[in-house]
Amino acid sequence: MKAQPARASAAAAKLLAGPLTECVACIREGAAIPADMVSASFDRADEVGAGKDALNIFISTDREGATESAKQLTAHLGRAEPLGNLAGVPVALKDNIATLGMPTTCGSRILEGYVSPYEATVVRRLRANGAVIVGKTNMDEFAMGSSTENSAYGPTRNPVDIRRVPGGSSGGSAAAVAAGIVRLALGSETGGSVRQPASFCGVVGVKPTYGRVSRYGLVAFGSSLDQVGVLGRTVEDASIGMEVISGCDPLDSTSADVPVPRYELEKNAGLKGLVIGKPREYFPDGLDPRIAQECERALDAYRELGATVRDVSLPHTSYSIPVYYIIAPAEASSNLARFDGVRYGLRVLSERGLNGMYEETRARGFGPEVTRRVLLGTYVLSAGYYDAYYKKAQAVRTLIAQDFRDVFASGVDVLFTPTTPTPAFELGAVKDAYEMYLSDIFTASANLAGVPAMSVPIGDAAGLPIGGQIIAPHFGESVMFRAAFGLERALAGNFVPGEQDA
Amino acid sequence: MAVTREDVVKVAKLANIAIDETRLDSLALELNAILGHMDELRKVDTARVQTAEGLGSGGQRLRADYGPPDGLASAPATFAPETRDGFVLVPRLATHEGSPERAP
Repeated sequence: MKAQPARASAAAAKLLAGPLTECVACIREGAAIPADMVSASFDRADEVGAGKDALNIFISTDREGATESAKQLTAHLGRAEPLGNLAGVPVALKDNIATLGMPTTCGSRILEGYVSPYEATVVRRLRANGAVIVGKTNMDEFAMGSSTENSAYGPTRNPVDIRRVPGGSSGGSAAAVAAGIVRLALGSETGGSVRQPASFCGVVGVKPTYGRVSRYGLVAFGSSLDQVGVLGRTVEDASIGMEVISGCDPLDSTSADVPVPRYELEKNAGLKGLVIGKPREYFPDGLDPRIAQECERALDAYRELGATVRDVSLPHTSYSIPVYYIIAPAEASSNLARFDGVRYGLRVLSERGLNGMYEETRARGFGPEVTRRVLLGTYVLSAGYYDAYYKKAQAVRTLIAQDFRDVFASGVDVLFTPTTPTPAFELGAVKDAYEMYLSDIFTASANLAGVPAMSVPIGDAAGLPIGGQIIAPHFGESVMFRAAFGLERALAGNFVPGEQDA
Repeated sequence: MAVTREDVVKVAKLANIAIDETRLDSLALELNAILGHMDELRKVDTARVQTAEGLGSGGQRLRADYGPPDGLASAPATFAPETRDGFVLVPRLATHEGSPERAP
């Protein structure tokens, strides 16, 4: 019935495949039309097969709304105040970020059809800077997973190799960027959910310092760990996106009142004199040789750029997964108590009255991994086990954070490590829950310590992207981006998925 | 400290999740498998660790104690199933039996 939507011009498609700054400059000059960028994004989604029967990248899309906000931008053009840093840029959002006028499901049946009556601060900031929201991306249910296979709406596939997972839990956002549907997407991190899929899909993924970005409107999972993150095609794109969403917010008391530097100014800062720490615990003997090799190549590039590489130690690293998988489920069991059939989404009425309704709604609404983690979290918090598990984990967490403080106090500017222990694995290949948890082995420590970290593509293993991780001190995003810009430039010409056919 | 079938029943009750009888044993096994890896933490000497690590730095900010705007884009009446006198009406449940049809 619907009229065939207009196809974008070749010029808009080319802009979508190019740097953000170029797109924004063209929009501001009137050389490109925002609505064309929306069409280019949806055309690209069709072209790569983003739909449910193929890559399954989105849980919902909003072509009409996106076109409407694009038209408003055009109407705004020529007024006194200039358009923002993301003028006319199509952006995708992970489906656990509250967005007005669109569903927010968190990849769960329990929130099927839920439309938030308010909007996340990060989304308001994106829109205020001219970004156009094209859709909500697929994710592991309530961000619990490392492969996006735990979504109630079916798994997302990796655009680089459709037999493989895109990583998770922000798999849909990483895939949307890797497939060239958007240049920028938001994800969220609790233990590596932005960096790990960025690594698997060959894109840049940034987790900011705890407190750097407002979480108002991000559906809570582990409140002492959660942060909104950015996925971008390049370090520059990601730095622009991160700058837009960063900053203190009166609506989130955990957001920090710390000035936000201009991250993209680090682009030409150079790396002379920078001290890069290589923590031995992140390069174990059993590390996948393909990953070890690409990391060594990246470290060589750092040396050539004038940086010093120093061997360092973070002695409590091996405890980060056990600590994380006690603290995160504990916090989740509390945060997810609100999904009980009363206020949100699914409600299963029961003959057993109110308690029956709670229990049946949650049994029907939560998938197996969420159920497992809620039970695990409830167990480690319950009387008799609290000291042995939760309290112990909090104490070891303190030691993990102290490791980072010590190493940065010793004169190391940033740390360089692999992002993941393996490249993207095949769908269904990892069946054991704990084995899946080990996907986060190099990423969860940064969440536990609250420090910023990002993944940058550094190479590939037989066509499968490999990411390198840069970790910086608290609120050290500038030096982190400086190290990332340098690395990206040194490794230019590397495999970038999607770039070949763009 | 192995998780028993009874532990799963108890924890599921605390977590308000109905668990099918047939799933109890396998869930106990799964939780034991995961918790087995956590025993690694016993090796760490934490006797002298003082505080639990939470925030990155500075602790939690406080704001002035006033009623901030609730941030809703539209009034509750526009999206609530039913409202009366500014209150959202919730559906009756079996446990409400004996109470009047609607609160006065």
